[in-house]
Parts: sequence; structure tokens; C-alpha cells
Amino acid sequence: MTTPIYVPNDTSACSLGADAVARAIESTIEARGIKARVVRNGSRGAYALEPLVEIDTARGRIGFARVEPQQVADLFAAGVPDGRHPLCIGRVDDVPFLKSQQRLTFARAGVVDPLDIDAYRANGGLEGLARARSLPPSQIVDEIRRSGLRGRGGAAFPAAIKWQTVLDAAASTKHVVCNADEGDSGTFADRLLIEADPYQLIEGMVIAAIATGASRGFIYLRSEYPRARAVLEHALPVARRAGLLGRDACGAGEPFDIELRIGAGAYVCGEETSMLESIEGRRALVRFKPPVPAISGLFGQPTLVNNVLTLAAATTILAKGGDYYAAFGVGRSRGTMPFQLSGNIANGGVVEVPFGATLRSLVDGFGGGSLSGRPLRAAQIGGPLGAYLPPALWDTPLDYEAFAAESAMLGHGGIVAFDDAVDLGEQAEFAMRFCAHESCGKCTPCRIGSVRGVEAIRRIRRGDAAAANVALLEDLCETMETGSLCALGGLTPMPIRSILRHFRSDLIPRDLIAVETRS
Amino acid sequence: MNHDAEREIEIVREELAVTAPTQDLLLPLLLDVQRRLGHVPSSCIAVIAQHFNLSRADVHGVASFYHDLRDAPLGRHVVQICQAEACQAVGCRALAAHAEARLGIAMGTTTPDSRITIESAYCFGNCACGPTVRIGDEIHGRVTADRFDALLSALDGRP
Repeated sequence: MTTPIYVPNDTSACSLGADAVARAIESTIEARGIKARVVRNGSRGAYALEPLVEIDTARGRIGFARVEPQQVADLFAAGVPDGRHPLCIGRVDDVPFLKSQQRLTFARAGVVDPLDIDAYRANGGLEGLARARSLPPSQIVDEIRRSGLRGRGGAAFPAAIKWQTVLDAAASTKHVVCNADEGDSGTFADRLLIEADPYQLIEGMVIAAIATGASRGFIYLRSEYPRARAVLEHALPVARRAGLLGRDACGAGEPFDIELRIGAGAYVCGEETSMLESIEGRRALVRFKPPVPAISGLFGQPTLVNNVLTLAAATTILAKGGDYYAAFGVGRSRGTMPFQLSGNIANGGVVEVPFGATLRSLVDGFGGGSLSGRPLRAAQIGGPLGAYLPPALWDTPLDYEAFAAESAMLGHGGIVAFDDAVDLGEQAEFAMRFCAHESCGKCTPCRIGSVRGVEAIRRIRRGDAAAANVALLEDLCETMETGSLCALGGLTPMPIRSILRHFRSDLIPRDLIAVETRS
Repeated sequence: MNHDAEREIEIVREELAVTAPTQDLLLPLLLDVQRRLGHVPSSCIAVIAQHFNLSRADVHGVASFYHDLRDAPLGRHVVQICQAEACQAVGCRALAAHAEARLGIAMGTTTPDSRITIESAYCFGNCACGPTVRIGDEIHGRVTADRFDALLSALDGRP
């Protein structure tokens, strides 16, 4: 019996040297004849610990944190290491960052070999699908409705309404499209789920296919995720061989299969209609709505478009019931949300907790404050189109409606921390520049407004007719918000307005602030 | 037609030979051409258009829309430095400035010997471990100026 030595293989662990650690362990155990083998697990998403090497013991999995390749020889000096080695952090399940989470979607992440479908099955995988295969489609949609699940991609639209609409649409072919174009800076939960537990996404898509009557599926994955691509290129054929996809995927002889499509570096493809245009082989110009994709989507057919985490949550909801899922959370934000801590933060990573915890409990509690050791000054929530919030507002509960009340949004759950070295004036200019860089060009408020916005912000920052340009900027923000076709132009004003509201002196020259204060 | 252009068309034809002529395969085809040639030569647009029964304008429109598709080759090594918010919070702007100073070129340009291109990218999903640099399919985290120099040195001995 050889002892498995777990070494993560997700993008972030490998960006910190996990591949080199795995190679060093393999050559060490071979050279010394140690009865052990390296298993590449996903990551648990506790990135301050990576590369995190884990070993099975009688008291559970123990971890060795931040292992460097040159430490491997010492780590294995006396055979398979035990808890007495200085790098040991004890039982991984007892690490506070992980122990304090409520992992439903990420329960298997980092525990098993992502490509081992037997391990997936042995750890609760495919239970949701088995139940879905035994239910009529309308009852599957009812479970989703009872769960209160809302779209995890950012818009938080009730999932059951989409599922019901596609189910009710009559068509010869329907599609399920997974939006894995996770372009928002500060978000990486889709990537981690795909890299650490890909069969959960595939299972979720098959459940969605059964519920809606779809026979074709697509995963649209961004090109910036080469490792996630490699995992899916392995996992999809395995799923086919296991009968999870293919001629009888939905049971009762109903077929379903998934094609992987890779993006080409366009942020706007995270917008669902732009993504559909891209899959169809065109410039990714946003479509007018209506019709919504659930009525007329990919190739003009009814199409269920959901984010990776929305589809993944369906597996838990079907396995344990909609009521079980809805028991977590607050208000109209039900279930758990995999938040992502990043930027200038000591303990970055994925934190899956029920909705309702405060932003502060994540940034200061799980996150442990700044990485630099300097005081934190701002957190941007929900990606490049989300608001920058000062610490005074960090007691806001993580709940879609509570954030909307602060003119902010949870979006896809990204939380980017900035210390006091940040210049929010520079961040405001970047927000407009990013919109100008990524605008698809179809609607004028976004295409032209963003360019004019960059110019106005530059003039404000150098004190050139600042008062007139602040008025122009505010006017532009209103035009973009109300007149843009999609969320790119429509939400770019959100970070800028949050900076005007909470960090005004970073953007606006001091003499103008003095005038504003007097009047 | 010079030798290079003929070779490029030949490679495009190889890719077209294994691609069904349905428009939804246009972007995958262009990505394959980009991968093999390092760019999508404008001289190949016509043959691609003919295969898919599209106009040259349609194909040019797609090829010019996406950031990953280039109309001219980049350097032999493309070094992308993430410039999105999470990396900004840990100093990616200073890292880009360091890269420019070290190589003597501006972001978005290529060294005169066509060896290295440095350019901005927006997010590799490595946001908890920035600043992040991508070289080929390798993604590197916590890239300090020293580590950046080491990554460049590791390219020595490669063409």
C-alpha cells in the first residue's frame, strides 16, 4: 500500500511552484524507495498556504504549507513526513480559513484528484443527477425554485425563471450554455471549480439539460485559463465514457453532450448574448433583448445560459433538496456564495459562506487584513464594474439587496482589497479606460462615452476646468448607465460614482473640494 | 507570392481540411491558425472566407474583433503582465514599469530582435497571488522585479 502525497495542480498553486514541488517529491520518493505516490489534487483555494502538500494519516489529512522544491529533501528525510516537521500546519480541516466556511459547492475542491470520476462518485458526486433522472422536468425546476438560487455570474437573476422558460419553450433543439468567461478581475471561483471539481459542472449541465429538454451543451471558457482548458479536455471524454454524457445522458434514451469552446480575449463575452454571438462565429456584439436567450438564444433556439457556479449549485440542490439549500442565507439571497478574496490581502482565496456575513468578516476575518501590513483603505466588490467601498461600509451584510442599497453590487463575489497606497483617482480613470478597451462598439453610450469619460477624468485629475468636467463626468455616467445595451457600459459608472461618493478627494483637486464644501 | 506566404496558406489549408464549413467553427479555426502561425495573415482571409461561404469582410471582422487574434506576428516569447485591479493592488503597475526599463521597450511592443513582446493582459484568475505574469501557457504568481528578471533569464538559451 503506497501512501498518497497530495500536491495541488490548480493555476494558483502552480503559479507559486506546485509543479516543481510535485516533481521534487516524485524524484525523492523514487530515489529513496519510499512507499508513496504523488496525487495531484485540485486546490482548496486557501492560497496563502500554497503550495500545500497533504498526507493521509490516521487522524485525517495533515498539511505542509508553502513548500518550496528545495525543502522537499528535508521534508522526506525520514520517509513520509509526519506532524512533527516544522512545515506541518496540522489537520487541514482544522485550518480556520477552511473550518469556518460552509462548503456546499467547493466541498470536494482540493480533496480529490479532479479527473478521477470514481473519487467524484465516492464523495457525493452524481447523487443530484441520479435524483434528476427519476423526476419529471417540472419537478426539477420546482426544486431549483424552492432553493431560491439566483444567477451566480453577477446579475443574480432567479435561476428557476430561466429554467422554466426554456422548459416551456417548444423547439426541436434546445441548448444549455455554461458561461465560463470569468473575466472580472478578482474572481476565480469558476476557474477553481473547473480545475478542482470539473465533473460537478458537467453533472450540473446534465441536470439542466434534463430539466429543460436540451440536447446540446456548450462550455464557453476564456483563453486566459489554459489549465482549466486542459482539465476540461480530459474530463469531457471521461464523462462520455462513463455515460454521463452521450446518447443516453438524460435517461430514457435522451441524448446530451457538451462542446468546449475557447474564447479569444474579449471581456464582453461574459455578457450572455455577446457570448452566443461568439459561439456562432461572429464578432461578439451584444444583442438587443428581447427576445431573451431562453426564448431565442444560440442558433435562434431556446437556450439556458448559466454561470459555472449556478450550474454547479444545481447538483447540491437536487441531491439534498431545494429546501436544504434555501435554509442557508438571508432575505432573497439564499444558499451559499463562493466569495473570492484577492488583491492586497494576507489570506486570499475562495471563501464559501452563506449570504449574510459582513464584508468585514471576510476581509479582516478570513482575509486577515492587508498583505503589505499597511492599513486597508478600500475594497472593490463584484469585479471591475463594482463599487469601491471604504472600511466604514464594511459592516454591510453580503446580500444582493443590501449591496444594491449602498449603490454597490455583489456580482460574481470578487472582493479586491487595496491598502492606503491606492490612488482612487487612478482607479477611476482605469475603470473608464477598461470599458473603452473592451467595449464591443455596438451602442454609443459605451463606445463613445467611455472614451469621453477617460478624457474628462484626465482633465479633472490635472485640474483642467475641473468643475465643468466633474459635471460632464456625472452626466456621462447617467447616459452610460441608462442608455447602454448591456452591463459593460451600464455598470462602468458604478466604480466611478463610488469613488466620487466615498473617495472624492482622490479624484477631484483640493481647491474644487474646498469650493464644494463652502457652497 | 513569396515562400512565407505560400507556406502560411498551406498551413491554413491544412486546418481548413479538418474543419466543417459551419460558421460556428470560424473562431476555433482562427485560433488554430493563430496558434500555428503566431498571427492570422491578411493574405489568408480570402481562402478562409471561401471555405465558410462568407464574405472576406465577415472573416476580417471576426479576426479583428478579438484581442487574441493578431494581424502581425509578436515576439517569439510573449510575456503578458496582468494589469487588472487585483494585480494593481499588489504593484503590477510598478512591475510593468520595471519590465519596460529592463527590456528598453514600452508595454505592447517587441524587442528589436523580435525575441520578446511585453504586453498588458486583464486577469488570469490568479488574483489572490498577484502580480501575475503569463509566458506561453505558464502562469506565474507573486512576481516581484527579481522574479521577473529570473523568468526572463530562464528564456535564455531558448531562441
